[in-house]
Amino acid sequence: MSMSNVGRPTRPEGAVASTAHQSLSGGRGLLQDEPLLFELGGWDKTGVDLPLPEHDASDLGDLVRAGPIGLAGLSEPEAVRHYVRLSQKNHAIDLALYPLGSCTMKHNPRLNEKAARMAGFADLHPLQPQSTTQGALALMDRLAHWLKTLTGMPAVALSPKAGAHGELCGLLCIKAAHEAAGQGHRRRVLVPTSAHGTNPATAAFVGYSVTEIAQTADGRVDLSDLESKLGPDVAAIMVTNPNTCGLFERDILEISRLTHAAGAYFYCDGANFNAIVGRVRPGDLGVDAMHINLHKTFSTPHGGGGPGAGPVVLSEALAPFAPAPWVVSDAHGLRLVEEAVDEAAQAFGRMSAFHGQMGMFVRAYAYMLSHGSDGLRQVAEDAVLNANYVKARLSAEMSPAFPEGPCMHEALFDDAWLEDTGVTTLDFAKAMIDEGFHPMTMYFPLVVHGAMLIEPTETEPKAELDRFCEALLALARAAKAGDVDRFKGAPYLAPLRRLDETLAARKPKLTWKPEPAASEAA
Amino acid sequence: MRYLPLTPDDRAEMLGVIGAPDVDALFADVPAAARKRDLFDLPLHAGELEVERELARLAAMNRPAGAGPFFCGAGAYRHHVPATVDHIIQRSEFLTSYTPYQPEIAQGTLQVLFEFQTQVAALTGLDVANASMYDGSTACAEAVMMAQRVTRREKAILSGGLHPHYAATTQTIAHAEGMEIVRQQAAIDAEAAVIEAIDGETACVVVQTPNVFGVVTDVTRIAEAAHAKGALLIVVTTEAVSYGLLKSPGDMGADIAVAEGQSIGNALNYGGPYVGLFAAREKLVRQMPGRLCGETIDAEGRRGYVLTLSTREQHIRREKATSNICTNSGLCALAFTIHLSLLGETGLKQLAALNHSRAREMRAALAGVGLEILTPRFFNEIAVRVPGDAGAIVEKALADGVVAGVPYSRLDPHAGLDDVLLLAATETTTSDDIAALAAALTKACAQ
Repeated sequence: MSMSNVGRPTRPEGAVASTAHQSLSGGRGLLQDEPLLFELGGWDKTGVDLPLPEHDASDLGDLVRAGPIGLAGLSEPEAVRHYVRLSQKNHAIDLALYPLGSCTMKHNPRLNEKAARMAGFADLHPLQPQSTTQGALALMDRLAHWLKTLTGMPAVALSPKAGAHGELCGLLCIKAAHEAAGQGHRRRVLVPTSAHGTNPATAAFVGYSVTEIAQTADGRVDLSDLESKLGPDVAAIMVTNPNTCGLFERDILEISRLTHAAGAYFYCDGANFNAIVGRVRPGDLGVDAMHINLHKTFSTPHGGGGPGAGPVVLSEALAPFAPAPWVVSDAHGLRLVEEAVDEAAQAFGRMSAFHGQMGMFVRAYAYMLSHGSDGLRQVAEDAVLNANYVKARLSAEMSPAFPEGPCMHEALFDDAWLEDTGVTTLDFAKAMIDEGFHPMTMYFPLVVHGAMLIEPTETEPKAELDRFCEALLALARAAKAGDVDRFKGAPYLAPLRRLDETLAARKPKLTWKPEPAASEAA
Repeated sequence: MRYLPLTPDDRAEMLGVIGAPDVDALFADVPAAARKRDLFDLPLHAGELEVERELARLAAMNRPAGAGPFFCGAGAYRHHVPATVDHIIQRSEFLTSYTPYQPEIAQGTLQVLFEFQTQVAALTGLDVANASMYDGSTACAEAVMMAQRVTRREKAILSGGLHPHYAATTQTIAHAEGMEIVRQQAAIDAEAAVIEAIDGETACVVVQTPNVFGVVTDVTRIAEAAHAKGALLIVVTTEAVSYGLLKSPGDMGADIAVAEGQSIGNALNYGGPYVGLFAAREKLVRQMPGRLCGETIDAEGRRGYVLTLSTREQHIRREKATSNICTNSGLCALAFTIHLSLLGETGLKQLAALNHSRAREMRAALAGVGLEILTPRFFNEIAVRVPGDAGAIVEKALADGVVAGVPYSRLDPHAGLDDVLLLAATETTTSDDIAALAAALTKACAQ
């Protein structure tokens, strides 16, 4: 889930010094001031010991690089220290609640890391003979079985590498199906105003135009607006369910009925599958295609921004168009079909080299086996319970965007309660950092003013939820009491104060370059 | 269930605060027809021991590359990764954080990305690099679409030396956006055909070096031909270690360089996750896809890093974004950067020289077997012609415990190159491995 820049300043306002006490070296207690790798002076250094080559590269003549590359090196102790020091400047789910809405930042079990590093998975080449990878193919086959069972869908394409890549895969299936049916003129996609930015971006990527569907006052798709916009040129609708307001689309069956009646397909963004896993099958809702972010619902680690994995489940109508590769079973055991020729001439192509994010498949499968059908159902229930608990508690001081009825796995607030305080959603979020929490998703969805989208996930204990709620309630009271400096200057206690994004964009400095002597970076 | 902290008492108390009679009430918006009362037909939860046992059982059904002589490459390479790399990437602060949306508490990730971008720009000989793509093949597709935005032309020419999976991925994705993708016939030496095909409607030419047959090419002439017609040159590399020995794409006139970065810091992982490298000339930066990390200052004037130029991206621009990419390959990029920091200039050059040396030894052994060597100039990978079907030869060699490379037909069954075998050697390849390969191939080819 992204942070939208809409409606928020990108330049820090007048800063007050964060602490009266300053160290002499620039360090802050245990938090070291760490230069860039390139400033550590290791142009000739290396942290590896390699044997000398027995043959030279004279056979390559002038294909060989003449000048220096410009890389810095570190000995092993220096490298360890450099990256451990940097690591300490990050917030992480292992440190505290990380309530980024629609990102599903849940606990990452270490068993999954251990399994993914087994030599039989990690040290396996994608193109070695298939007779030597039967266990890997079996795992892909089992993972597919779980995903199909949990979603009630008959087919799955495993290869997409993240959610947005899965969206692309789903829309390409839809496009191929329309073309095969002589409906290639359908080139418009309907997307609710509350949709994640990847939805319209993906639609544009496959050459479709995007029309927005209005939202009702209670945060759902406006059925009459949908009906008026469906027509013979519409290829698909893209709807997130539960939606980005954290609400279940009550009229989902009617949405899919209308869509199908108009000859269009229903693409569901599965980013929020965590709320319903084990309890609701998207196949029962009339969905034709849905990506599943394994890094959300099935807990593969987010890794500072990936890698993810975005398998796409498909309905009977779309299954024939799924891209290569896929696993089949025959007399010789399991086999990977890598080229769609005779067996499925309708497959639309290939999403990437090789077979998808195998390392993530192992982790997700370990997660599924650990939970089982009973544990996964409990995941959805506890995720929804935790979000409703946060919503109930924070409503004492903050205004929920949709107060009526329960939310699903995330609680959405607007900024009406901050009116006249001089504090913005951004300021409030930055003050949360000083209290030791990662801010929620801000200014998204765009349909809610000053939105704050909080997703606690099921792996938060009640005590941590209480600690979080109490910190936010205290901040809310401080904002209303006029303690504006606490917010405007925040964060005070983070490794850095608020950063100047406008400066970064105006004069982009995207790589380190040697500075002429004595001209210290500003 | 060990990952779920709420107790039954917690749940009851929380429902009380919410004012709901039971948890089912929280799912009231789900149509009754779609609420599943019963558990799904899947196994129940299992303890850590049981899960580990099941995964170990599946892992044991595979033969790891390190279990014996192993010569597969073709876009994924087995290298030694220092233990330090895997240790650091498993630190909680790197492993369990997300995209650095809050820069004040994500400087660790952001500074690493800035170092990563600097390293990638240096390796490719270009000015700017992004914070990673999913992998080399998707980076290639994105580069082609970027060329369309820059030149406002629709045609892309893909060299016959481009990895067939990269060509297929680019064809699938870029064609969907409306581009005309011209895939040239598979060819060991593809240079002349590429130059011949460039015309005034060409947005870009995509050339791989070392190419899928292992051939190292000086693409300077292709760059000149492309630029003369107003087209961009995209240079693809699937073996990032080769940057340590060979002229960089930027030095040879590339406008965009993309690569698979798996070779540095990342395990084979049966094909993923990997890390796509993406670099370009400075003037093209605002048309680049993906995240970019930039330097700035904080409110006290201290240096720091943020995600920048985000007006190119989907969360701001929505349908007008340069790409739909959101999550990319952060942790794999971190592994890449740590490994490359350990190598440094000296180590990378040594490693590259060592790979080339091993491949020279392998080449001599293959020639000794009497196989026709198809690759005139190579880095660490060679194509040979075998008698009969290369897939059958690989199966026979496997019976002797040798994984003898990748049959080209596995990448592209339609090319009519069923007798072409691709073999790679790296620093992990020993002289004993090469001797075993020669013996197994001698036997397999004689049968």
